[in-house]
Amino acid sequence: MYNLSHHLKDAPVSAWIGIVIVLFYAVLALGAPFLAPFAESASVGKQYMPWTSPHYLGTDALGRDVLSRLIYGARNTVGIALVTTILAFTLGATFGLLAATIGGWFDAISSRVVDVLMAIPPLIFALLILTITGTSVIALILVIAILDSTRVFRLSRAVAQGILTMDYIEVARMRGEGMFWLIRKEVLPNAAAPLIAEFGLRFCFVFLFISALSFLGLGIQPPTADWGGMVRESAKLISFANFATFQTATFGLAPLLPAGAIALLTIGVNLVVDWVLHMSSGLKD
Amino acid sequence: MNSILSIILKRLLIGLLTLWIVTIIIFAAIELLPGDIATEMLGQAATEESLAAFREKFDLNRPVHERYFSWLGGAIIGDFGISLANQRPISELIGHRVANTFFLAGYAAAFAVPIAVVSGMLAALYNGSVFDRVLSSSTLAAISFPEFFIAYILILIFSVGLGWFPSLANVDVDMGLGERLYRTFLPAMTLTLIVLAYMMRMTRAAILNLLALPYIEMAHLKGIKRWRVIAVHALPNALAPIINVIALNLAYLIVGVVLVEVVFVYPGLGQILVDAVSNRDVTVVQAACLIFAATYILLNLLADILSIIANPRLLHPR
Amino acid sequence: MTDLLLEMKDIHIEGRSDRQWKPIIKGVDLTLNRGEILGLIGESGAGKSTLGLAAMGYTKGGCRISGGSIHFDGQDLVGASNEALRQLRGARIAYVAQSAAAAFNPAYRLIDQYCEAPVKHGVMSRAEAQSDAVQLYRKIRLPNPEDIGFRYPHQVSGGQLQRAMTAMAMACRPDLIIFDEPTTALDVTTQIEVLAAIRGIVREYNTAAIYITHDLAVVAQMADKIKVLLRGEEVEESSARDMLANPQQDYTKSLWAVRDFRRAPPAARHLDEGPLLEIRDMTAGYGAVDILKGINLTITRGTTVAVVGESGSGKSTMARVVMGLLPPSGGSLHHNGAALPKSGKQRPRDLQRHIQMIHQMADTALNPKHRIKDIIGRPLEFFLGLKGRAKDVRIRELLTLIELDPDEFINRMPSELSGGQKQRVCIARALAAEPDFIICDEVTSALDQLVAEGILRLLDRLQREMDLTYMFITHDIATVRSIADEVVVMQNGVIVEQGPKETIFSPPHAPYTELLLSSVPEMDPDWLTGLLKERGAVVTSEEPL
Repeated sequence: MYNLSHHLKDAPVSAWIGIVIVLFYAVLALGAPFLAPFAESASVGKQYMPWTSPHYLGTDALGRDVLSRLIYGARNTVGIALVTTILAFTLGATFGLLAATIGGWFDAISSRVVDVLMAIPPLIFALLILTITGTSVIALILVIAILDSTRVFRLSRAVAQGILTMDYIEVARMRGEGMFWLIRKEVLPNAAAPLIAEFGLRFCFVFLFISALSFLGLGIQPPTADWGGMVRESAKLISFANFATFQTATFGLAPLLPAGAIALLTIGVNLVVDWVLHMSSGLKD
Repeated sequence: MNSILSIILKRLLIGLLTLWIVTIIIFAAIELLPGDIATEMLGQAATEESLAAFREKFDLNRPVHERYFSWLGGAIIGDFGISLANQRPISELIGHRVANTFFLAGYAAAFAVPIAVVSGMLAALYNGSVFDRVLSSSTLAAISFPEFFIAYILILIFSVGLGWFPSLANVDVDMGLGERLYRTFLPAMTLTLIVLAYMMRMTRAAILNLLALPYIEMAHLKGIKRWRVIAVHALPNALAPIINVIALNLAYLIVGVVLVEVVFVYPGLGQILVDAVSNRDVTVVQAACLIFAATYILLNLLADILSIIANPRLLHPR
Repeated sequence: MTDLLLEMKDIHIEGRSDRQWKPIIKGVDLTLNRGEILGLIGESGAGKSTLGLAAMGYTKGGCRISGGSIHFDGQDLVGASNEALRQLRGARIAYVAQSAAAAFNPAYRLIDQYCEAPVKHGVMSRAEAQSDAVQLYRKIRLPNPEDIGFRYPHQVSGGQLQRAMTAMAMACRPDLIIFDEPTTALDVTTQIEVLAAIRGIVREYNTAAIYITHDLAVVAQMADKIKVLLRGEEVEESSARDMLANPQQDYTKSLWAVRDFRRAPPAARHLDEGPLLEIRDMTAGYGAVDILKGINLTITRGTTVAVVGESGSGKSTMARVVMGLLPPSGGSLHHNGAALPKSGKQRPRDLQRHIQMIHQMADTALNPKHRIKDIIGRPLEFFLGLKGRAKDVRIRELLTLIELDPDEFINRMPSELSGGQKQRVCIARALAAEPDFIICDEVTSALDQLVAEGILRLLDRLQREMDLTYMFITHDIATVRSIADEVVVMQNGVIVEQGPKETIFSPPHAPYTELLLSSVPEMDPDWLTGLLKERGAVVTSEEPL
């Protein structure tokens, strides 16, 4: 990573936009209690107040400050998505790398299990499991992490298999190196770039997935501020949008604010991922 | 021809085996429900008699494997049992909803597939042109946007703003086709936009991959006209990857339907599934999950078989 | 009207990399008369293919002609419209690619692809083209010329496919054909047939040709005149006979000189000691199929045993078995008189240390994310337990041994090395384990001749200094002549002949050895003609359909 600053200097504009967006969300998520003007779920005004000081983005049906909830939403939605992705990644990459390196029965069994899990569409599978477990945050994280780890498994296994065909792996095997040395020293350094890019893509997927479940009322539960849930709560307002005046227009825009917040972060992450992928493919030749 | 037949048969067998395992998972998942279904549904205050009657009605006293096989047997002929929540036969509840869902997905596919394949091919042919770059940045947006964001933007523009289409897609059985197409236009557009980007991106990648192959260069060096190189030399070989792209996205579409149905309050299978999950109406969840999963598996199976058939090396064995 | 067909003047071609244009061809002139065959030779990166394609007014993606003029039969190709160029290509200038398997469209039968150019260029009707194809297939000595066209490309062998492509190029009876390394991917015994076919048909129709290759002996058989390229510039050009007899430039002379390297007889033989490595009655393969059948081989300390054979002969499988990567299904292995466990995993570290292997592709044999000092340092640490300063000192010694400056190279990444330097690092890594036996698996075949020569000399020096024993796997007879003490000839998983080099290379030969040896092109321009006469122009090793 000694040349990270060197790479940053050469980064295209799109990558910079992505980095700025991601950093912006990170600051919001970390500094939520200091940045938000009001408490996360306290009723601080009348319902549906217009976009004026002190409620710059108005209030919701329960008189909660929308701006504050959006800022706290960054912490809750992004935080949960991040934890889920890390879990999915640890699980999927570990098994994927092991399956590729060990091969044989271990690979056969884990690949078949993943095949079956992937044969059911993830949303449907998640709904099935959430029926049983109920909608708690822990259940949500575990279910999505396990479902998503199947995708990580496939990719890391494929990447590792590509690397394992290289002669330098054969040289290490002939030397008699142990499996963990092989994975740590020979495979991982070469798999790093595609895996980092995959982490970004998986995060986007998990983040959209959790938001979708929250939107369906089956994800993060109120009163915790969460963008998917906020869209759900304010969804009906959209039919009352009216572009006659600024105030009436903002009323109808309520569901678009949290939805836009979701979209912007995903775009940012995708821009960074594109750059990482481009860089890693460029380094190859 | 024998080898290709045996490859297809093998793939078919694996597909059916997967489907069978999935039915077991769906059935078993519900069995794993913590606590007792009867108590869960009737509440803690229920009397012993009513609990017993409930168990009798839903056949809960028989051993697991017997119940699995009778459930599976019923499901194959379209009988999914009785809803726990309102005690009506599930086939009655979901029958027309299944049709609605397939109608919506088909409607969206009718737009998405031709547009995606043609524009994906154009983007590949004019690789690096303005058209290609606009297309790839719009794909980025479409991949990043949550489904409901696209839906609400469409509603805001075409329903609230311009008033051209209704924001609620309420259809009923007696409605004519024209009316039905009109009312479901916005949900169909939302679905189209969701899968369009993926499909275009994948088609473009598949064609670009192909155009870099030596035999395409060879065709150019034989002085073959450009359109003929594309149509005669590239397309037949692109068939398998494109079929794969389409089937993958149709499978994705079937699932994307769930969210769109909720946004537009469309009476489809997805909406009833979401309701059933919140009500913990276990038998309905089972039925809906099975239908979604089976469609998904069968579409993937179809894609694999079609791309086996489209492969000249398998079609004309040594 | 002269006989001038193609005239390229001061050609400059650039390729795009790292967001800027970099020159590939730097001002080369080329002229070609009707019916004349020009051999274009040079090492990898010399720009041979780029220049050859430019004769069709064509550049690969990411390249452009940035200067100079190209005239084909009076017509300007640089300024020509795409449509004008299209009408020339396939009709008057045709192209034969290196890999026929990749250059035929898998979705169509050979004859469909043959007929496409003549029909679309309006030269013949489909029926005429089809009967013409059969005639050409016959001329080019394809088996079953009536039927072979109705096969799909993957149903035909590599050598046949390459001939079918030559026939396809000839379909419109062009004035010029560009042959882009058409035999490089083929085995020597197959190569002969393709060379004979190409030469025969080009002479018969008096077609001019540009024949691109890196193999001097091949070009000697094919060309009237030879042009030597080096890094995008012309070194010299003269008639084939002059060039072979009397090269002018130092670079050309050095290319010729490669073939002169002969290893001196080994300094010390250990014939009294008993064999260093012994393979007894070994059978091995993947799954149920045996690739190696009944191999018996004895290797004496301090000698070089060359294992030769064509692709599929099982020579690489033998290396994998000796290394313990592929446990044999029968027979036994002995090192210094002691039996070797079949699987590498069961071999004690100290035993495994004694047997090392160097791979063909140094590119993939070095982990791109490791520094040179880590690559060479790991076996020192692993086998000998060296650490810290002692390890560092030894790495430097090894780098010096392989003729790389330690201060300059010790901290480099593999991507910062040339092909030959990478192979040297692979050698150093093998030496780090202090082995007595090294398997060299085609270690020079991915390298240019001059670089390969350097590697051979290095290996020879190391053998003398360190009393090493080599098993040298190769398909190249010239390499065998230069370095072997003993020769083992393999075919289809069986040893067909083995013995001291002098015995193997002097008659009488086993029939396959005879075929193999006689198929290796020689620098004599009359060699192919003589050989064909000798064989009665009968294709001997054609595989049955």
